[in-house]
Amino acid sequence: MSEDQSNHGALVQVGRVGKVFHRGSEDIHVLADLSMQVPAGEFLALMGPSGSGKTTLLNLIGGLDRPTNGTVSVAGENIDQLSDRALAAWRARHVGFVFQLYNLMPVLTAERNVELPLLLTHLSRAERQKHVETALAMVGLSHRAKHYPRTLSGGEQQRVGIARGIVTDPTLLLCDEPTGDLDRKAGDEILNLLQSLNREHGKTIIMVTHDPHASARAARTLHLDKGQLSAGA
Amino acid sequence: MKFFHLIWCNLRRKKLRTSLTLLSIIVAFILFGFLSAIQQALVGGVALAGADRLVVREKVSIINLLPVSYEARMDRIPGVDFATHQTWFGGIYQDPKNFFMQNPVEPEKFLKMHPEIILPPDEEKAWLATRTGAIVGRRTAERFGWKIGDKVPIQSTIWTLPDGSRTWTFDIVGIYDGKDKGTDTTPMFFGYDYFDEGRQQWGKGQVGWYTIRIKDPSQAAEVAKRVDAEFENSPHETKTEPEGAFIQGWAAQIGNIVFIVAAILSAVFFTILLVTGNTMAQAVRERTGELGVLKAIGFTNAQVVALVLAESCLLTVIGGAVGLGLTRAITPVVAQQLAGLLPLFFLPTRDLVIGLGLSIALGLVTGFFPALQAMRLRVADALRRM
Repeated sequence: MSEDQSNHGALVQVGRVGKVFHRGSEDIHVLADLSMQVPAGEFLALMGPSGSGKTTLLNLIGGLDRPTNGTVSVAGENIDQLSDRALAAWRARHVGFVFQLYNLMPVLTAERNVELPLLLTHLSRAERQKHVETALAMVGLSHRAKHYPRTLSGGEQQRVGIARGIVTDPTLLLCDEPTGDLDRKAGDEILNLLQSLNREHGKTIIMVTHDPHASARAARTLHLDKGQLSAGA
Repeated sequence: MKFFHLIWCNLRRKKLRTSLTLLSIIVAFILFGFLSAIQQALVGGVALAGADRLVVREKVSIINLLPVSYEARMDRIPGVDFATHQTWFGGIYQDPKNFFMQNPVEPEKFLKMHPEIILPPDEEKAWLATRTGAIVGRRTAERFGWKIGDKVPIQSTIWTLPDGSRTWTFDIVGIYDGKDKGTDTTPMFFGYDYFDEGRQQWGKGQVGWYTIRIKDPSQAAEVAKRVDAEFENSPHETKTEPEGAFIQGWAAQIGNIVFIVAAILSAVFFTILLVTGNTMAQAVRERTGELGVLKAIGFTNAQVVALVLAESCLLTVIGGAVGLGLTRAITPVVAQQLAGLLPLFFLPTRDLVIGLGLSIALGLVTGFFPALQAMRLRVADALRRM
């Protein structure tokens, strides 16, 4: 089977990517010659020990960082070639992020946090509100829309974070340790939610985790070690 | 506008810090407003001075008098339309704190010379016909509750009546208004004839200064030279200058007002620059992670810069608007108290607009470096700092 055929249908294509960070005179090779594909509609878990390059890989796929070499293509677009401005616009259109520490704006209510990505669209205020209500309903938090993050539990804050991630109906949902700061029960609820988004709404999800319990919910798991995917990836 | 809620919420994040910064900006703009009003009071008349008017005073000092006979000689000088005179009366009404300007003038020529003084025709007629008649500006009439028909005793600090008293009585026959807001409507004017006949021997036949209307304003310098040349080597040599320069000369007795005001304001705004700049720098530093989130979800560098600048501008514009608004509200009250000393004490619209412009500029300058800092943030680095 040719390379083109093997890549056919892949939403995310990472081709021979390397990433080097510079610390003083020292070069740190975080990723080396890494290639992978993620088909549309897949729920993929990236596992590996601390410092293995999981978050760096996620950042490259999400356009938050650029590879030192190699290519990253999402939905047929080589995002490593985009200018900063175009990359920001691309992120707004195609990627939803879910962070370990929720990263909500403490000065905004849950609904205003969810609305943030919509501020970059041309939607009217009423349309934005409708989208926000839908997203909050999907994560089961309609009744907490007017609450500030400090009044929400960790699990609820993470659900607001997910609502913010999906409110623009992005091509790709990238989750960086989404259950890393939650207890088992709240973590399970978040994983249930991610699974439901994948199965019922067809969302393509890439989740970084070091928790085997979390990765078990994904359809496929890739293991990273010292910047390279281990066998079976 | 859709970003306003986000900007406003960020501004309210640290309420105490924002309030204190806002307070310091408000105080700075109140100071700006008051200094502008003082400057207006002292040198504002320069802008309103007639371009076709020259003022002739005694060469050594304005307190030295000039002969009344100079008027006819001035009228004959080429380029002069006509001349008329005024004299400093230096009177007070009832109490020394009720000081205001009163000058004896030649009524008909005075009104012709000063079209900025608006007097109803019947009151003008009454003034010309009444020897003891006086016209008073609207502000002073309102200040003392004077009406037409009142007899007003004014105690001169300079001029004595033959009976040794210094209390002169005038009949209020007219109340005038100013053509422009900047026209001083505090002085009182009365007939020179009544004054010259009434005063004791000292000073009789002499006047304080002359005002000359010239035929062609572009010839002002030449006419001024001719006037001074006319009285050269006489016992009373003259100094002739445009009315604007004359008014500026009065203010210059206190010092270079424009420089003093500029120096004080520079110091104040430099301090405010540091205070506000520090507030904004702290606000951005504390929010590094959140700015990273905004960038992650698609905000461009330009949008993040705009958010930071909008926040700093909102802070300074609120402070500026409140400070200038308070000044605008307070100055009329203060002006009432200073009516005699600084009759043109008010915050001009021009300075109000300059102040608002200054508040925006202050916001842009103080927000510049924090905005630059926000722009340079790398998303991946910023997210690690949540």
